[in-house]
Amino acid sequence: MAYTKRPDGRKFDELREIKAKVGVIPRADGSAMFAFGDTIAIAAVYGPKPLHPQHLQNPEKGVLRVNYDMLSFSVNERKKPGPSRRSQEISKVTEWALAPALQINNFQNTVVDVHITILQANASTRCAGINAASLALAHAGIPMIDLVSAVSIGKIDDKIVTDLIKEEEDYEDGEGATDIPFAFLSKSGEITLMQLDGRTSTKKLKEAIEAGRKACKEIYDIQKKVLKEIQEK
Amino acid sequence: MEISNLTKKRIKDYLEAGKRFDGRGLLDHRKLTIETGISINAEGSARVRLGKTEVVAGVKMDVSEPYTDHEGEGTMITTLELLPLSSEEFDYGPPKIDAIEIARIVDRGIRESKMIDFEKLCIKEGEKVWTLFIDMYTMNDDGNLLDASALAAIAALMTARMPKYDEEKEKVSFGEFTKDPLPITKNIPLTFTFHKIGKSIILDPGREEEAASEARVSIAVSSDGKETRVNAMQKGNEAAIKPEEMFEIIDLAEKKYKESSKEIFEMIEKSLKTKK
Amino acid sequence: MIAKQETEEPVEEFGQEDEERKEKRELVIPGEVIATGNEYLPGDWAKREGQDIIALRFGLADKSGRLIKIIPLSGTYMPRKGNVVIGKVLDITFNGWIMDIDAPYASFLPLSECSKFVNKNDLSECYDIGDMLAVKVLGVKRKGIDLTARGKNLGKLEEGMIIRINSNKVPRVIGKEGSMINLIKKESNCDITVGQNGIIWIRGEKVEDELFAEKAILFVTEKSFIEGLTEKTKVWLEEAKNHPKDIKEDKTEKKKAKESK
Repeated sequence: MAYTKRPDGRKFDELREIKAKVGVIPRADGSAMFAFGDTIAIAAVYGPKPLHPQHLQNPEKGVLRVNYDMLSFSVNERKKPGPSRRSQEISKVTEWALAPALQINNFQNTVVDVHITILQANASTRCAGINAASLALAHAGIPMIDLVSAVSIGKIDDKIVTDLIKEEEDYEDGEGATDIPFAFLSKSGEITLMQLDGRTSTKKLKEAIEAGRKACKEIYDIQKKVLKEIQEK
Repeated sequence: MEISNLTKKRIKDYLEAGKRFDGRGLLDHRKLTIETGISINAEGSARVRLGKTEVVAGVKMDVSEPYTDHEGEGTMITTLELLPLSSEEFDYGPPKIDAIEIARIVDRGIRESKMIDFEKLCIKEGEKVWTLFIDMYTMNDDGNLLDASALAAIAALMTARMPKYDEEKEKVSFGEFTKDPLPITKNIPLTFTFHKIGKSIILDPGREEEAASEARVSIAVSSDGKETRVNAMQKGNEAAIKPEEMFEIIDLAEKKYKESSKEIFEMIEKSLKTKK
Repeated sequence: MIAKQETEEPVEEFGQEDEERKEKRELVIPGEVIATGNEYLPGDWAKREGQDIIALRFGLADKSGRLIKIIPLSGTYMPRKGNVVIGKVLDITFNGWIMDIDAPYASFLPLSECSKFVNKNDLSECYDIGDMLAVKVLGVKRKGIDLTARGKNLGKLEEGMIIRINSNKVPRVIGKEGSMINLIKKESNCDITVGQNGIIWIRGEKVEDELFAEKAILFVTEKSFIEGLTEKTKVWLEEAKNHPKDIKEDKTEKKKAKESK
């Protein structure tokens, strides 16, 4: 039977309810919370600040460091505290997703630290993390040429859907589920994150890219609104 | 930037005049908020804010074999991570002594107060028991992470629900919950950490006061309604404490428990109702 | 003593009554187009992208004439030559003091820039680890920031207390030509040095005076978006002085509490 209806009743190109807030971690230079429905990510930014130890410094430009991790109780089956291979990979691709937006060439020998924590998970955690990090970087006053917006696109059976939930990720009928997280720079439409896990034709894949771009435009508008609503830090 | 000599001295001067930078009394805590059920995949969870200090705690459960010397009792593991998110002073890596110490003090308070009836967490004696995981995470460090963590842990425990257990497969059905609370007794511990700065003793230090602290004493107190009991204590930091000062601190802990326990437990009850 | 930005344009006050000024200050996000046209020039934290001038940082876009710049509202302190800042001595080397001024780069105060005579064999006699100093930024280079303690009202800070505010709010706390900080100094009867890095030193005769000055400064930073802030602050200060009970601790109660312990 073909995939005709989503478990939560959303349209195929519809995002979950998004909640976002800036300034949630007072001690940080910048911080934000970003949620896709039940998936809640919190990001905090410290920097630019001197990078120690010295041998890690880049004398030509500032360094971006990202760490992503999930709280043990954010998922159904407890995740043992400490970094996993999955969280290390996500940290790296998140760094690559955010880097093209930053303009920290003038901050030689410094580091901008981005810490992402998933408080509650229902799929799309790395995308929620990137969106939170984007807001936190802006809040921290880090020079950027654009915001980065991220969303998970899926091919569930033969349908392209926007903003996957866990139930969809686990779908096994028909062609099963293919998970394709994206991140875009809004103005240029350039892709800064793209991963794939599943089975798809190249035609469907291009549809997925379009769906990703469209969704990220909506997300960008929300990120922009959240920043503009800040009256003071 | 860590505290300077100048500020340390000033804090002492102020305290001697009975004042703190934020206008509080020496034994007053900052504004306290407790939310529970803040992470829906957890069996129980809580967020505690003391002023700007914020800690979240979650309870997860699983089944396992019991310890050989406690064959009819469930087990409990308590951890704390000082997340780099919460302070520029925290690094990644395995928990260091600061995190380990807080986790162990919180664990002792819960265990020794007998807040949890571990015998009721036994499924099959000698073979299968419930394991409680209490994981605490700091979200913003503005001083006194210890007391905030201890409170988050008990709030999460008090509002937790048991997960469904599949008796046939002898496994937990993760993601499915019952309506049953944990087997919790009346003896719920509250932890108070007193800091000695110069000649003054204060409660709930802010960031700078904590950096100026010379000695600290954490005390977990619980009561069954009739008698208050001390369940855990820890003296920390480098200065020594006179016996009279220790007596004073112990009396203050009991006093503070009596003054604030009702209000705190009511806050936790109320947080549950607003979620439902 | 007022911290002045000696090499900067005059310090501007937010929310001035000048309607024209206000219209030109919109809250912008990184990447946002502020203006289009070749006649515009990108200033602080702005960049030209083709025909557009875009914001590089989150803040208020200031369009005075052809120059477009961003006034940051948040983010860490970015040091500039001439800034007077307050910093802490972190370490002592053979030829100077390593300082922490809450900036992205390491900062150093060389021996030659000490404000008084130094014993070359024991620099700690002059400034020791943990001391707070008022210093001026001589230069900002890739390798770090060079500081000096020679100059009026620079050097080691004794007594008093230190508070920290968002460095972007410093212009507000200082006010136009120092009007705001002078008002606070007068009303609280305290010496105050405001570092451009958001670190502020307050020294008064009495503990109450220092706490009063601190509250006044925090009032200004919390209300930094409001218009007519100098007037509002004047009113607040008057009220606070006439009703000391509202903001200050009740001294008799505190004394009783202490005695009963």
